[in-house]
Formats: sequence, structure tokens, C-alpha cells
Amino acid sequence: MSTSELSNERTERPEEIEAVPVRHPGRWVAAVIVLLIAASIVRSIVTNSNFEWHLVGQYLFDARVLRGVVKTLELTVLSMLIGVILGVLLAVMRQSPNPVVSGASWLYIWFFRGTPLLLQIFFWFNITALFKRIDLGVPFGPALIHANGNAIITTFVAALLGLGLNEGAYMAEIVRGGFLAVDEGQSEAAHSLGLSRLQTMRHIVLPQAMRVILPPTGNETISMLKNTSLVSVIAMSELLYTVQQIYDVNYKPIPLLIVAAIWYLAMTSVAYVGQYFIERRFGRGFSRAQQATMRERWLSFRHAQ
Amino acid sequence: MSEPMVRAEAVHKRFGRLEVLKGISLEVKRGEVMCLLGPSGSGKSTFLRCINHLEKINSGRLFVDGELVGYRESNGKLYELRDNEITQKRSEIGVVFQQFNLFPHMTALQNVTLGPVRVKGLSRAQARDKAIELLGRVGLDDKVDTYPVALSGGQQQRVAIARALAMEPKLMLFDEPTSALDPELVGDVLDAMRRLAHEGMTMIVVTHEIGFAREVADTVVFMDEGVVVEAGKPDEVLNNPRHERTKTFLWKVL
Repeated sequence: MSTSELSNERTERPEEIEAVPVRHPGRWVAAVIVLLIAASIVRSIVTNSNFEWHLVGQYLFDARVLRGVVKTLELTVLSMLIGVILGVLLAVMRQSPNPVVSGASWLYIWFFRGTPLLLQIFFWFNITALFKRIDLGVPFGPALIHANGNAIITTFVAALLGLGLNEGAYMAEIVRGGFLAVDEGQSEAAHSLGLSRLQTMRHIVLPQAMRVILPPTGNETISMLKNTSLVSVIAMSELLYTVQQIYDVNYKPIPLLIVAAIWYLAMTSVAYVGQYFIERRFGRGFSRAQQATMRERWLSFRHAQ
Repeated sequence: MSEPMVRAEAVHKRFGRLEVLKGISLEVKRGEVMCLLGPSGSGKSTFLRCINHLEKINSGRLFVDGELVGYRESNGKLYELRDNEITQKRSEIGVVFQQFNLFPHMTALQNVTLGPVRVKGLSRAQARDKAIELLGRVGLDDKVDTYPVALSGGQQQRVAIARALAMEPKLMLFDEPTSALDPELVGDVLDAMRRLAHEGMTMIVVTHEIGFAREVADTVVFMDEGVVVEAGKPDEVLNNPRHERTKTFLWKVL
């Protein structure tokens, strides 16, 4: 009764509110300071002749630099490939009911995350000091393939081992986090249908974990693009080492480092765009509008606890 | 008299030091619908999970279709079944969960065809035809290509029922199938279950829907604190409960 009376009482809409906005003088001060700093940086870039921008232009598409860029890309792709495969393997091992298998995975991650990447790169580069010959065969049994250590562990292989094996440890933690993010009910439902552990992993857990695994993997790829520069210390002629070699001859480090920086920025920018599209692909069933409702559900679920 | 579909003999289940099932003995005949009632924490859901070997029992014997669940017995010794044997047996039992557990990265159709294609080795076309028919039977003809997030809870649960039926199970287990649903969505799910019961499916239903139990169940079992307090025909247990605990529970629920 009273509600209908209330609605009858409602009159025409009141006028729009026009209030004097609060002034923010601090914002203006901050903006001026930032602009002043930016202007002085730009002025120095333009007027300081030591930047030698003409050299930047000259070397940007130099054949040696381009070869360095290609090597950096090769290293990034192959190291990430090793890292991802190893990461999935280690994460699956970590979930194994067999304590020896899960323990081995733990030990691997502990070792490779606990020592500096630079040290690991030096280590693989010098591995032939430990093993002069490399034999492949049955452990403690007869060897099937013999090889000279130096022939196998080239600079490129040492670089790949250093970057890839280290990345594997980090990817393992990312993949494991992805597995843990998939509700246990999903595996139970799959098992109830009669799917095996492996089928459940492949068709149910992995595709859903991907959504959680991909964004940090994109970040790892971008980090890897830059971390490949570390293998310049073992004279692997990727982008950074290439420009170092050039400026060791012409004594123009600044313009050549700028050349390298431009290429690293270009490559990481492309990686950002790629990441966006891949993430969208794996968002199926969780599209944006629905994501909000999933989030709301999760929040309300947590409050209900 | 043929072998019952499910036979439990003094089934015990512990989680650490907590004893959840303290000797459950019961039988479910072929084509029978059994409703398990009882307060939460009474062990109903755990018992259901034991039947599908999602949980291992600690003592007693549990048989499905005359065969031990999870073990093989010979010369008085128990041998654990291998993973693929357990998997094979699970594929013959359909399970519907309280939280639906649909696969969110798959459409309704893909949810239903996954088992038949991956486990039974049906061709995609065969599985698809059957899935469409099953989804039609639960009233979801128009939701075939919809992802679970875009379905209401009641629709999701009906997809889950279709998914379980696609494996042509000989036994269906329902673990509080309507407890996570808004009240107005419960009816459609119960309808689908009622139809299934009339078609002669053997069903064990953990539920708080007393009306459904009264109407559909052949046997109602009341459990509390890990034991069967009372079992019998619905009107016996629900209308004239003999035990004080059953009376108190029904008085609270109704």
C-alpha cells in the first residue's frame, strides 16, 4: 500500500547538479616538473653530438647487426621451447604419486632457481672440462654413441643449455600454478567419465590451465628476449655481442648500444602483441563479459565461506 | 534373484583419524532408485564417492554389478586394480555432482561427446548425433553450442546429466544434484531425473528433496554420523520414522 503511494508522490526530475569542481593544484605542479625533466632529456638527445644519431641510422640495418638479431630470435625461440617442454614435464613429475619422481623435479627446480643464470651459462660453456667425451648409452652399461665433448658443446649449444634448462625451472612453477588453478572437481568429473590420468591431463586440466599459464609465459618470453644478451659473455654472437664487436673496433659504443636497444624494443613490442592474441584464443568459455560474472561468483563464493 | 547392482557390506571409511563411514551395509537392486537422506557430514556423499572408487574404503566390501570396487580377490587376498581397470569400471557408472563440474572450455555438445569419443571410441559423428538426442531429452536442444558460463545452473546440471548418460551407464550416482540451484531451477533437473527413473535406470541419489524421494524412490535410506539409521519404503521412512534421529531430521527439513 505505502509503496504505491510513494511512487505516486514522485514528482518531475530535479535539475542536473552543477557544482564547482575541486581544484588540484598539486597535479599541475607534478605535470610541470615531469614535462621539464622530459624536455631536458629530449634536448640532450637532440643537441649532444656524442649520441651520433647518423651512426645509429647507419648500423641499424647493418648485415652483422641483422644476423645478431636473427641469432637472438633463434636463441629465444629454442630456449623457450626447451623451457616450456621441460616445464610441463617437471610440473607433471611434481604431481606424480611416486616420491622419487616428484622429488627429482623438486631438486631440479631448487637447483636451477637457486643459482644465478650467468653462472649456469659459464658452467655449460665449461662443461667439457668435466666431460672430455660424451657417451650415450645404458647407464653403467655399454655406451652406444661416443662423441668428443668439444664437438657437441658448441657455444650455441652451451647458450641453449644455459638459457633453456634455467627457463625449465621457472616454467615448471608457472605450469604447476596453472594445474593448481583448475578445480579438483574437473579431474573428478573426467575420471568419472572413464578418462585416464593422461587423458584428463591432456583434454581437461592442460587446456584450462593454459589460461593461467599463458600470461606469465608471455612475460617469460619477453624476459628471455632480453636474457639472451647474457650469453654474450661466452662470445655467442647474438645481438649484444655483435654490437660489442663492432664498437670494439670503431670505439663508438653509445650509438651501437642504441641500435641494440631499438632492436630489443622492437622484438619485445611484437611479443606483446602476439601475447594478446594468444591469450584471447585460450579465453574460450571465459569471454570478457562472462569473466565478470565468474569473478562475481568467485567473490560471492568466498564471502559465503 | 539376480545379483544386486550395488552391495555394501560393513563399509568403513576414515580420513586420517576421522571415521566418516562406520559400517554401511545396504543393497541397491537393478532398476531401483535409492535416495540417501541425512544431515550434512553424515557420510552420504563419501559413500557415493566410494562406489565410484573416487575414495578408497578402509574395510568392508563394496560390490558393483557383482564385482568388487577397486580390488580383485583371489585365494582370500585382495589385489589393487590397475589404473586402466579402475578407469574402465568408472566409465560404466555415471556421476552427477553438486557443483555440476562441466568442462568450461567446451560447449555443451563437446562436454557430452568427450567421454564417448575418448573412452568408448565412438566416431565424432556418432557421438554428436547421440549427444544432440540426449541434450534434447533434457530439454536443451537450443543450447548445443553454448559454453557452460552462458547457461543457468539448472541448464548446466541437465547438461551434466546428459554427459553422464552418454556413456550408457548401468548405474547413476547423484550427489546433491539440486543443492547448488536456485529454487525455481530445481524442478527441471528433478524432471529429468524422474524421467530417467521411469526408464528403469538404477540410481542412487543423495538429496534433501524429500518430495522427490517420496515420489520417485523405491528405497529411502536415512544416514547419520556414518551409519544407516533407517531404511525402507518411502512412506515407511518418511511418514512413520521409527527412530528419533530420523524424526528430528525430517521435522527440520520439512
